[in-house]
Amino acid sequence: MTVPTDLDLRFREAAARSGMLDAGYDLVDSPIGPLLVAASDRGLLRISFDADIEQHLEWLSRVAGRNVLRAPRQIDRARRELDEYFDGRRHAFDLVVDLRDVTPFTERVLHELARIPFGETATYAELATRAGNPKAARAVGMTMNRNRIPIVLPCHRVIGANGSLVGYAGGLDRKVALLTLEGVLL
Amino acid sequence: MMSTVAIPPFEIFYAEHNSEVLGLLRRKVGRDRADDAFQETFLRALRAYDRLEHGEHLRAWVLTIASRVAIDVHRRTNPTSEMPEIPHEDTRPAYEDLGELTDGLPAKERAAVVLRYGYDLTYDQIATALDSSPDAARQAASSGVRRLRKEARP
Repeated sequence: MTVPTDLDLRFREAAARSGMLDAGYDLVDSPIGPLLVAASDRGLLRISFDADIEQHLEWLSRVAGRNVLRAPRQIDRARRELDEYFDGRRHAFDLVVDLRDVTPFTERVLHELARIPFGETATYAELATRAGNPKAARAVGMTMNRNRIPIVLPCHRVIGANGSLVGYAGGLDRKVALLTLEGVLL
Repeated sequence: MMSTVAIPPFEIFYAEHNSEVLGLLRRKVGRDRADDAFQETFLRALRAYDRLEHGEHLRAWVLTIASRVAIDVHRRTNPTSEMPEIPHEDTRPAYEDLGELTDGLPAKERAAVVLRYGYDLTYDQIATALDSSPDAARQAASSGVRRLRKEARP
């Protein structure tokens, strides 16, 4: 016997409402493929292009606590803003991010990254300078590569000094798609 | 050295046990009332989940919570009726032995003794399952054991 879908959803809804979840997640459809989106009560914890849940569960459980459940309600706001972004109706995200496990340097870099506006780009070296360490371009590259909240923290807007796209953890195709959506690429 | 069983993320625990819990509740309280009881069972489990100390006996633990919720449902609907017996689905030998041995105990003491000594649950876990406090669970288990000792005396 399987649990009927409506009963299952009712429990997941109640769990999200209860405030007892350490993290809730769900899949969000997007033009660049399904996204796994997870959030705690503090804010957004993860956006991933890899929709395979198992490995994310372990990570979320380790970082946020073991009360992790698929709970669409927990990411309602992120889903709405992502939908608006992909529809071209939103240029800036109004979402709080939960960066509880990152180092102070990473946090500074991500903070500067979040300030690169829609439709603009910066180079790795520029971002390193803005984060207070002009020599750290390579470390900034690493930080972009490991960015666990892509799109909202727009690492796709960071490119090489010669204008090349360099790379993207979600695959270059997706970087191209996002920069095209923002009008940077034609 | 004994290794403790890791406690899985709640999603895994829920997915593994939800259909069995629903089946148990449908048998105990009927289809109409099983849905609410199902939700209450897993919300109680969620509330206690981050205090669990190891991942052993999770099935027994959640089925016990479900049985307790079923009793509460019966009480709510027939406040004057006798508390129904809790026939447990599990077939662990420890429980089988204890089940017979503890037949004569009051329901609460019996549940506490079986959960403590048959399933090796902590008093925190027992308190959650019985919807009482860890102190009350400890007390119920120890007065149950005292009573058994008295009965065992020739």
